[in-house]
Amino acid sequence: MGKIQLITKGFVKENPTFSLLLGMCPTLATTTSAINGMSMGLATVFVLVLSNMAISATAPYIPDKVRIPAYIVIIAAFVTILQLVMQAFTPDIYETLGLFIPLIVVNCIVLGRAEAFANKNSVVDSACDGIGIGIGFTFALTLLGLVREILGSGSAFGYKFITGDGILVFVLAPGAFMALAYLIVLFKKVTAKKGE
Amino acid sequence: MEYILIIISAIFVNNILLSQFMGICPFLGVSNKLSTAVGMSGAVCFVITLATLVTYLFQYYVLVPLHIEFMQTIAFILIIAALVQMVEIVLKKVSPTLYQALGIFLPLITTNCAVLGVALMVVTNEFSYGGEPHMLNLVESIVFAFATSLGFGLAMILFAGLREQIALNKVPKPFQGIPIALVTASILAMAFMGFSGLV
Amino acid sequence: MTMAVKSSFKNMTLCLFSVCLVSSALLAAVYAVTKEPIEVANQAKTNNAIAQVVPEFEGDPVPGTIEVGGKEYSYYAVSKAGQPVGYAITSSSTGYGGALVLMVGMTADRVVYNTTVLSQSETPGLGAKCVEPDFADQFKSFNPAEKKLSVKKDGGDIDAITASTITSRAYAKAVETAIAVYDAITAAGTADVESVSGATPESVSGQPVEDENQEIK
Repeated sequence: MGKIQLITKGFVKENPTFSLLLGMCPTLATTTSAINGMSMGLATVFVLVLSNMAISATAPYIPDKVRIPAYIVIIAAFVTILQLVMQAFTPDIYETLGLFIPLIVVNCIVLGRAEAFANKNSVVDSACDGIGIGIGFTFALTLLGLVREILGSGSAFGYKFITGDGILVFVLAPGAFMALAYLIVLFKKVTAKKGE
Repeated sequence: MEYILIIISAIFVNNILLSQFMGICPFLGVSNKLSTAVGMSGAVCFVITLATLVTYLFQYYVLVPLHIEFMQTIAFILIIAALVQMVEIVLKKVSPTLYQALGIFLPLITTNCAVLGVALMVVTNEFSYGGEPHMLNLVESIVFAFATSLGFGLAMILFAGLREQIALNKVPKPFQGIPIALVTASILAMAFMGFSGLV
Repeated sequence: MTMAVKSSFKNMTLCLFSVCLVSSALLAAVYAVTKEPIEVANQAKTNNAIAQVVPEFEGDPVPGTIEVGGKEYSYYAVSKAGQPVGYAITSSSTGYGGALVLMVGMTADRVVYNTTVLSQSETPGLGAKCVEPDFADQFKSFNPAEKKLSVKKDGGDIDAITASTITSRAYAKAVETAIAVYDAITAAGTADVESVSGATPESVSGQPVEDENQEIK
């Protein structure tokens, strides 16, 4: 597979949110607006790319039986680095995303890519895979955030285009589930047509 | 009184699944059948309570005195992973029946963000139940963790029951599987919203 | 690439140990580098909040703490040309979704200069509107001697946020607490500001208890 393909496959074919249904917790929790969704996505890209590269480089030296704990430690280290860097340079975003930054450790996408791809591919390929899957995830989160923001608060990327409120429930928990359900259906429809 | 408020708040008002969005993977993944949902809830209940106890002690007796709070995430996830392994081994030896019921769910729990989420929540967030906002003490933390896992169980079991019913009905093709489950979860979350403001 | 290393107890322990060691070393390094920027960022946030809630001042705000009704509150005193011009007081109360933490600025003549929300977890679109000027500006130049600090539903002078009475009450209560803290600061004589009548110690410590009942309703 070419490098370009490695990057683009995460967008549609192996989209972690819409097609593989991974990493649902941050997907639902942090998408109250497009900006929040995008920030969460980019934070995940950071961890995903670095952990993919580190795991790919160290995999040959890690005994099979302890590989999962070893991967978890590596991922947790990068997550903590992200936490520290965000606290220092983007404290507002860090506060908005809150607990879901440390929870990237248990995001199944990150450990999933380590197991499924990074530990048997080269460092460069793993980095491309991380970027691809990560951007797919970011795209999905931004889209979901955008839909919820437009419907729920009548604004897009913080730019308000109606006066007053939107349909508030979309910013709240039930709206998260509902919006995601319809986006997945839409995604299925679109990809099914393409496949025919 | 405060314990009652903690319990009501953790189970109904701030339900970990339906309003905090933690532990959604097992919520969608193993809620096809009521029996597996019960098994998963039991295992989660056990691990969350135990993990919170250990991580709470670790935070205040190791990380804080040594001024290495930044190692929190890495330490907590390792504790949880080790704990899950230990529970598995002990359960296998002590109660084979319980192991048979819960065993297959245990490996999944390490990456259940509800466990790490609750462990982090009790040491980073201030809580307020009627009175002034404050950090939880050890007993409150355990009560909070246990009640949260009960809330997990309640939502999980209700959801599994609903999904079993839906499986018997005709669902439009694109909605089959996860989408209809999400729509169901949405309606369930709306029902739980009715509890908000209770505490 | 296949797994080149066979699992034995020795190399498993060694591997996990070295992974942990390298990770910890890396983290310690990053921690050392980011420690100062994090402190700067936190300080900037506090300074920003202080500058928002008190009148123009000179020099650095002087931090302090005071105990009121069994709880410790932190505040910053600011002054201009040697004269105290006000206090920025951190106070909190219980809103709809959890703790509501405010920074309340008081001028030297016992008037609320301005308020800002430090942290809140209210419902987005409802209670979370407490950060917006439509609601928060009601507390700008609020003189507790002239107006009553509670929502109109409770016979006060504050317009509650639509469908968010609990949040509005919590906001008012936090401001009320801050005024009590202000009275305690001035009464304690930590500053040269003359204390204003109507601030007996009883009313200071009595307020939180009285309001708790309202909250549960």
